[in-house]
Amino acid sequence: MKTKRQPAGIPSSEITPKSLYLSRRDWLKMAGIVSASSLLAACGVNPNDPDEIGTGTPAPDVPNTFDEITHYNNYYEFSTDKQAVSTLAENFKSTPWAVEVGGLVHKPRTYAFEDLLKFEQVERIYRLRCVEAWSMVIPWNGFELNQLLAEVEPMSSARYVTFTTLMDTEQFPGQKSPFYPWPYTEGLRLDEAMHRLTLIATGLYGEVLPNPNGAPLRLAVPWKYGFKSIKAIVKIELTEVQPPTLWSTIAPNEYGFYANVNPEVDHPRWSQRTERRIGETGRRDTLMFNGYGDEVAGLYAGMDLGINY
Amino acid sequence: MMKKKTFPWLRILVHLFGVLPLARLGIDALAGGLSINPIQEIEQRLGRAALYFLIASLAVTPLTTLSGWRALAPRRRALGLYAFLYASLHFTVFAAIDYGFDLVEIGRLVVEKPFILLGLSTGLLLLPLAITSFDLFMRKMGKRWKKLHRLVYLAGVAVIFHYALAKKGDLFALQGDILKPILWGVLLLCLFILRIPAVRRGVSAWRQKLTGFPVSRKQTGRESPPEAGRAEDPARQDGG
Repeated sequence: MKTKRQPAGIPSSEITPKSLYLSRRDWLKMAGIVSASSLLAACGVNPNDPDEIGTGTPAPDVPNTFDEITHYNNYYEFSTDKQAVSTLAENFKSTPWAVEVGGLVHKPRTYAFEDLLKFEQVERIYRLRCVEAWSMVIPWNGFELNQLLAEVEPMSSARYVTFTTLMDTEQFPGQKSPFYPWPYTEGLRLDEAMHRLTLIATGLYGEVLPNPNGAPLRLAVPWKYGFKSIKAIVKIELTEVQPPTLWSTIAPNEYGFYANVNPEVDHPRWSQRTERRIGETGRRDTLMFNGYGDEVAGLYAGMDLGINY
Repeated sequence: MMKKKTFPWLRILVHLFGVLPLARLGIDALAGGLSINPIQEIEQRLGRAALYFLIASLAVTPLTTLSGWRALAPRRRALGLYAFLYASLHFTVFAAIDYGFDLVEIGRLVVEKPFILLGLSTGLLLLPLAITSFDLFMRKMGKRWKKLHRLVYLAGVAVIFHYALAKKGDLFALQGDILKPILWGVLLLCLFILRIPAVRRGVSAWRQKLTGFPVSRKQTGRESPPEAGRAEDPARQDGG
C-alpha cells in the first residue's frame, strides 16, 4: 500500500451501539449538554492527537444537524447546485419502490422496499467525505448490505457489485442533461460490498431517509468519497468484471473505481489533504480511509493505491 | 476627460450593478442566506461577480461595434475595475478565510492545481491593468498603455479556463458540469471575433447600411483621435 502516513489511533469503527443511539432531538440536546469528549466513543477522532486535527479545528466529530444534512446535497439528478436539491426533491415519489437484485446470483429477486426492512436495522454514525473536500458526520439508519447479498447467494464467479439509480427524466430533471452518462451507476468489489461497514441507508436521524439524501435507499460507504454512495437505488447486480461508474466514465483521470479517501493521492482539482467540516471555519486534515483504516485497510493489502485511486 | 457626461444614468447604472453583488452578500449574510457552507458560497459568488464584470468590460467594444452607440465606451474602465475588485476579494477570501493564510498549503495548491494557477494568473494579469487605469498612466504611457492593456484578453481566456476547470467534469471530453463555462467561453469567443478588424469593419458597414448612421462620434467624450489610423485597434481597454 502506498501511503506515506498512516494516522494513528483511529477507533476501529464508527458503529454505535443501539443503546447509545438517540433520537434526533436527543442528539441536539446531547450536543449541547454532554462534553465533546464523551461523543468520541461514538464518533471517533482523538482530539489530542495533533496528527489528526486540521488547522484551527480542535473539535471532535459531532453529527451535523438534520438541516445541514438535508440542505447541502450533491444529487445531480436534481441539480448541480447543492442547495437547490432539497426544494427540487420535495415531490420525489419514493413509494412504491422496488429493487431488482440479480446478475451472478443463485437466487435473483426483486425486493419491494418494505421487504428490505426485515434485515437487521442498525444505526451508524459515519463521516462522509466528499471528493470536493468538504465533510459531514451523519447518523444513518439502515442495514448492512452483506445481509441482502447473502440472501441472494452470489455465485463463485461474482466479483463486483453494480448499483444503478432510478432513471426517470420526469422526476430527475438533471437526467435530461447530455453531459452525463445517465443513469448513475456505481460499483464495489464484492469483498467491499460484503464489508460490515457497507450500509444500505434507509433512514437519517431515525426518520425515513429524506428525498435529498437519496430516498428511499442509498449506499453509505464511509471510507470512500461520497460519490460512491449512490442514491435512489433500483438495481443491484453482481458481475464478474469491474463495472463502469458514472464519474469514472466522465473523468477517469479524476475519479477512480476505488475512490478511497486518501490524503496522499492527489486529485487534479481539489487537494485531498484537507477538508472543511460543514459547520466549521478552519480545515481539518483528511484521514486515510476517512479514518476507517483499521477496519478496511486490509481490503487493499498489496495494492498500489496511487494507481488504484 | 468626462467633462461632458452625456449619459450620467449609464454611469449610475454601472455603479449600481457594480455594488450589487456586495450588497447581496451583505443582505444574505444578515438573513442567513449563505448556505451551510458560507465560506465556499462567498468565495464562489465573488468569483462569479469578477467573471461577469470582466466579460462585461470585454463586451464594451464589440457592443459599440454592433450598436454604434459610443457612449458605452467610457464605462469600460469602471467595469474593469469592478472585475478587479471582485477578483481581489475572491482571492482574499480564498487565501485568508478558506485557507487561513496557510501559505505552504496555498503554495502547493498553486503548483499542483491548474485551476488555482489559472485563477492566480488572472488576478496577476489584472493587477497592472488596475494600477495603470488612471488617466495619468494612460497619458504618460501612450502606446505602451494600449499594449499593456491587451493583457485583458489573456485574462479573459484564463478566467474561463479557471472557471471550467473548477467545475466537476471534463471540459475537453464535454462531460460533467461544464455547460456554464462553455457558454461563457462561447460568449467570450464571439466577443473576440467581433474584434477581428475585418469582422469589425464588416459589421460596421452592415449596420450603417441598415440604419443609415455612422458611428456617432460626438458622444464619446474622450479619446480625441477617434479610431483613425487603427480603426480596428481592439485594445482600448481600461482597467481590464
